[in-house]
Amino acid sequence: MTKLRNVCRHIRSKQAGPFWVTMDIWFDSAENFQRYKDSPGLGPEVFEKLFGTDPDLVRKIPVPDFDLVKISYPRANPQGGMVERDMHSGQQYVRLLDVELEGPSGID
Amino acid sequence: MTADAFSPVKIIVPCGSLGSGVREEEIEYGLAKGAMAIASDAGSTDSGAAYLATGKSKNSRGAVKRDLTILMKAHAKAGIPVIVGTSGQAGGDLNVNWTRDILLEVVKELGISPRIALLYSEQNKAEVKALNAGGRIKPLPPLGALEDETVESCDHIVALMGVEPYIAALEQGADVILGGRSTDPAVLASFPIWKGAGWGAAWHAGKIGECGVQCSVNPTLGSGVLLTVGRDGFEVEPLSERNTCTPYSVSAHMLYENTNPYLLNEPGGQLDVNNARYEQEEDGRSVRVTGAAWNPGTYTMKLEGAGGGRYQTIMLVGIQDPDVLQDVSGFHDRFLDVLYARARQTLPPGEDDDFHISLRMYGWNAVDGADVPEGTPNPREIGVLFVATAKTQELANSIAHACNPYFFHYPAVMNKELPSYGFPFTPADIPRGQVYEFKLNHVVEVEDPLQLVRTVWVNS
Repeated sequence: MTKLRNVCRHIRSKQAGPFWVTMDIWFDSAENFQRYKDSPGLGPEVFEKLFGTDPDLVRKIPVPDFDLVKISYPRANPQGGMVERDMHSGQQYVRLLDVELEGPSGID
Repeated sequence: MTADAFSPVKIIVPCGSLGSGVREEEIEYGLAKGAMAIASDAGSTDSGAAYLATGKSKNSRGAVKRDLTILMKAHAKAGIPVIVGTSGQAGGDLNVNWTRDILLEVVKELGISPRIALLYSEQNKAEVKALNAGGRIKPLPPLGALEDETVESCDHIVALMGVEPYIAALEQGADVILGGRSTDPAVLASFPIWKGAGWGAAWHAGKIGECGVQCSVNPTLGSGVLLTVGRDGFEVEPLSERNTCTPYSVSAHMLYENTNPYLLNEPGGQLDVNNARYEQEEDGRSVRVTGAAWNPGTYTMKLEGAGGGRYQTIMLVGIQDPDVLQDVSGFHDRFLDVLYARARQTLPPGEDDDFHISLRMYGWNAVDGADVPEGTPNPREIGVLFVATAKTQELANSIAHACNPYFFHYPAVMNKELPSYGFPFTPADIPRGQVYEFKLNHVVEVEDPLQLVRTVWVNS
C-alpha cells in the first residue's frame, strides 16, 4: 500500500464546464502507472466518499502516453452556488493525495 | 478553389482571451509569416455564471479596446479578417453589443471602415421552451430533462455556435466577425475550413490553440500561437521566438478542462484524436500534428443558461487570538450558532428563517469545509469569512449588520474580557450582489447550423 502522493509527479483538478470536475493524475513512472491505474483507491466509491458525487457517473480514462489517469465526476454542487468554496475546482485534488493505493494482488 | 490550389492556412491566435494582453510584436511576427486571418475567443464559462447572467465582461473595457486596436491595425495593414468568438466573456447579446461598441470606437479612431458581422446566438425563453416541447432538447449528465421552470429561472440563454455561422459570414465578405457564444475550437477552425483545410486538422488545431500560448512550454513568455492548417494535419508554433512548443506541451493541452482527451463533441460532429501523432519540427519550436479525424454527426448545439438567485453580504476578520486558534473547529460551530441566533432575533417575523449564514475559516478548512484530521497543528492565524445569503440585498445586509458586533467580539473562552478581532475594512460589511448559477447543461438538435443564429451586419 502507498499513498497517491508518493507515486505521482503531479496531480491537478479543474472544472470541465460548470457541472463537472476533471482530475489529471500523472504517475511518476510507467511502472507505477501500470501498477496503480486500476487501483480501487481511484475507484468511483472513493470519489463518492470524498466529493459526494454519484459513483455511476465517475469516468476514468487512462492516458498511457503520459502515464496519466484522468478521472472526471459531476460536482456535488454546480459551480458558483451559495456555498461555493472553490469556483474553478482547482483545489479539489488535494483530498485525493492521501488515498491509499493497492497494486495488483501479490505485488504490494 | 481546386484541390491543387490549396496551400496550408496560417492563422494568428493572438491570445487565450481577447483583453488578456495581445502583444504587438507577436502579431508582427505572425504577419511576417504570412498569416491569413486572426482568430481568438473572448471568454468562457470558467469564471462562473455571473458574466452570462448579467451580460457583463470579465476583462475590462480598456483591456479589450487595447487588444482590439492592435488586431484592427493588423487588419488594416495586412487586409486579413479578424474573428472573435464568445464576445464579452459569455457571448450573450449584451456581451456582443458591449464588444461591438468598443470595436466601433476603435475603427473610428483608426479611420477604417471594415465590414462587420455580428453573430448572435442568444435564445429567448419561449423559443427554448418550444424546442424542448418539440423534443429537440436533451440533457447532458448530471442534469435531467429540461423543465420550463428551469428555463424561466435563467436571465440569459445562449447556444454554442460551431464553424458554420462564421464561414457564412466570411463567405459574405466579413472583415471582422464578433461572434456570440461559440465553442472555443470553432472560432479558430472556421477560417481554415472555409479556405479548404481538413476538418479533422482544423478542429484539432482549434482545440490546441484555444488558449493561445498555453499549449507551449512556457506560457509566461508570450501570448499567442501561429497555426498552419493543412488537409491532413497542422503545425503550431508560439508567436514569441523565445518560446517553444513540444509534442508534450501540445498533446497535454488535450487534457485541459476536458473530461475526455481523445474525443471532443462539437456542433455537427465529433473530433477523434485517438490516432493523433505529435512530432517536433526541425526548427525545434514548432510541432506538427497529424491523424485527427472529424466524424460528422447530428447537428447539436450546447445550451448555456445562467440566472441570478439570492443575495449575499460578506464580512471578513483576521484572528490571531490563541484561545480561538487552539480549537478552530469548535469555535466555528459555536460562533455559527450564535450568529444564527442573533440574526433570527433581529429579522422581522416571517423572514426569520429564510436565510443562510456560513463561516469559512481560512487558514484552517475554508476551501473544503471538511473535518480537519486529528493532530493538525494550530494555525498561526485564521481569516474568517462571513457569508449571509437572503432573498434581497437589504435582508442580507441587515443580517450582516445584526451580526456585526458578535462577529467582531464573540469570545472563544467565556468569563474573560471580550476580544476584538481584526476587521480589514470600514464599513465592515460588503454587499456582494446575487448568487449566479448555470442552470442548463443540455444540447439542442437543429436542422440547420444557422437556425438559432442571427447575423447582423454593421457598416462602420
